[in-house]
Amino acid sequence: MKHYAQKTLIIGMGNVLMQDEGVGVRAAEALVDRYLIPAGVEVVDGGTTGMELFEPMRQADNLIIADAVNTGAPYGSLVRIANDEIPAFFQTKLSNHQLGVSDLLALLTLKGETPQQVTIIGMVPHSLENRLGLTPEAAEGLEAMVQMLVDELASLDIDLEPRPRVRSGHWKREAEFEAAAGLVG
Amino acid sequence: MTTRITVDPITRIEGHLRIDVEVDDGKVSKAWSSGQMWRGIEKILVGRDPREAWTYTQRFCGVCTTVHAITSVRAVENALDLEVPVNAQLIRNIIQCAHAVQDHIVHFYHLSAVDWVDVVSALEADPVATAKLAESLSDWPLNGPHEMKAVQERLKTFVGSGQLGPFASGYWGHPAMKLPPEVNLLAVAHYLQALDVQNHANKVVAILGGKSPHIQNVAVGGVSNSIGHDAPSVLNIERLMLIKGFIDKLDHFVKSTYLVDVPAVGAFYLDWAGIGGGVNNYLTVPDCPQDTKGTLFDLPGGYIENGDINSLKPITTFDDAYFRDGVAESSKHAWYTGGDALHPWVGETEPEYTDFQDEGKYSWVKAPTFYSKRAEVGPLADVLVGVASGHEGYTTYLNKALDVLKAVSQNPDIPLAAVNSTIGRHAARAVRCAVMMDTLEAQWQKLVDNIGTGDLDTFNPPVFPKGEVKGVGFHQAPRGTLSHWVVIEDAKIKNYQAVVPSTWNAGPRDANDEIGPYESSLLDNPVADPEKPLEVLRTVHSFDPCIACAIHMVDTEQQEIVRVKAL
Repeated sequence: MKHYAQKTLIIGMGNVLMQDEGVGVRAAEALVDRYLIPAGVEVVDGGTTGMELFEPMRQADNLIIADAVNTGAPYGSLVRIANDEIPAFFQTKLSNHQLGVSDLLALLTLKGETPQQVTIIGMVPHSLENRLGLTPEAAEGLEAMVQMLVDELASLDIDLEPRPRVRSGHWKREAEFEAAAGLVG
Repeated sequence: MTTRITVDPITRIEGHLRIDVEVDDGKVSKAWSSGQMWRGIEKILVGRDPREAWTYTQRFCGVCTTVHAITSVRAVENALDLEVPVNAQLIRNIIQCAHAVQDHIVHFYHLSAVDWVDVVSALEADPVATAKLAESLSDWPLNGPHEMKAVQERLKTFVGSGQLGPFASGYWGHPAMKLPPEVNLLAVAHYLQALDVQNHANKVVAILGGKSPHIQNVAVGGVSNSIGHDAPSVLNIERLMLIKGFIDKLDHFVKSTYLVDVPAVGAFYLDWAGIGGGVNNYLTVPDCPQDTKGTLFDLPGGYIENGDINSLKPITTFDDAYFRDGVAESSKHAWYTGGDALHPWVGETEPEYTDFQDEGKYSWVKAPTFYSKRAEVGPLADVLVGVASGHEGYTTYLNKALDVLKAVSQNPDIPLAAVNSTIGRHAARAVRCAVMMDTLEAQWQKLVDNIGTGDLDTFNPPVFPKGEVKGVGFHQAPRGTLSHWVVIEDAKIKNYQAVVPSTWNAGPRDANDEIGPYESSLLDNPVADPEKPLEVLRTVHSFDPCIACAIHMVDTEQQEIVRVKAL
């Protein structure tokens, strides 16, 4: 497999316990399930964490984030926003512990260590119930998000090789169990 | 004239806490704390395997991932009466101590210092005078004039290019900002350095936890780390020494910088040592278990009433009936059915949304009580219980912080009671961070010593009985007392309730209509400019709130934050 000199980091973000909110994590998981990830590319399940991601983001030349986004667009819409289009600001907040992507990017700017290329592959979530299983809209969106991640990597001259056998990641398995056992959270 | 101020993040990205205050003659006369998001996430666990619960609870919160993982396995172990090997206790302790240190550093420097530090004013500082001040307070090596000048240059680039960038939304120039330019510059320098330092703690967690940011090594019955001498994936001496290296770097920063900066900044805000006092009852649980049964702890727990440290009632084991029987939650003012205070094992989470009713229901957060009393949890409680218990570290570092405060403010008469305040909570957090640092080092040494005796055990397999068993697991988390309550039937989860620290502090009025810690702390707060209620943010931030912070969507639609209405 090819080794890439530039470091490319893909972070799946969101809360898998809240249905479509977790679509970014599920898309990143699906990417690893289906493709061999070459050296130089790292895929991280970021969940809803913040500061823990600062150092990996800082080490990256290219940063790709898969996430649920709120753009005002209709549910299920897929978006790609890159570089200057991504809001980098500190928000006035009551709960201090919601360091989102925007805050982390702001911190990277302050440090003068913003990755060369920052892209968000996002989907506007439809439903945020307490369950793993995605809505049909988000399940469809997930497929599209995986393809957008593959295309994004291709635009960086990184071509992914499909796995000989597709795997089934932790959250995919748990969601299947939830459906089979009739658990709705 | 009465003015009503609502600080409401509105958008989901910013979270879920709304604060309403009524201001009369420039002071808060009434306050409401409202959680704006349904906190019924535990319901997802019903019907699932108790051994897997921790992988779910780890996703409750984006900050306290490890905290909820460890507390969950403790709850299940408690239900099964399952002992945990000493190595597993110590490995978990190292993870939670490192997490606490990281969390406290980030809270002060990156999340709340901007409430007190006017970043733009740092441009007017004299870097040489800044360095002189810094070097008079501490031996931290990155306090020299060269470093201070470099930081100021970086700031200048920002401001000079017209892009205030990350600082554009701060309350710069607010009349409540009081630091001299040199102290502002010093704080900015440490803000930038702390970004590097906090990562040392993440490394400790990642090495033991197997993966970052979500640890993988926890299990009901112990941890999945194997201890040995050769294979690359096991915990060996090389990895332990790597961890020790990170611990030493953290230690220097915490003791020479964090523990100094907070009282040094606080010295310019001494009025805030008389503002923001809460309910003045304090609850903390013991932590860092040293034996397999959870009866010996490195950190003390207990309950203190009316701020009287002589009233301490200790909590001493994982099985302590005094804690287990004292906790209840009321929904009288929360958007759930029912109103009586219920014990968490029989707790209900059935939503009943009304609208924001000042005298009725107004929050998704329930109101927890300890033997029918409201209690503050968090570092302030930890410090007071620590001092009351005669814990040497808490006493030593509290005195150290007070010494800096007295020296910088040139005010020798600051009583211990001043810690029950907005600035006192920050000081208590710095003190606790120093204690956690020592505790972290101690856990590391004990692990090395225990392995040295030939004990390599890390796991006792759980056995689930037929029928129903109940358990509670608790943890002295960075934001305070966390407890998970589980009911298991035939090896499946029947009920699960997490009583999180911010529920204790942010809860609304209770079954007796008594106000909670946030609400209490806001009374009599000054508010200079209702459009910019910095003072309200200062007091709420001092608790380090974390309200169901489970969603992190990128939001390109910025919305209104503060609403002001004349009544």
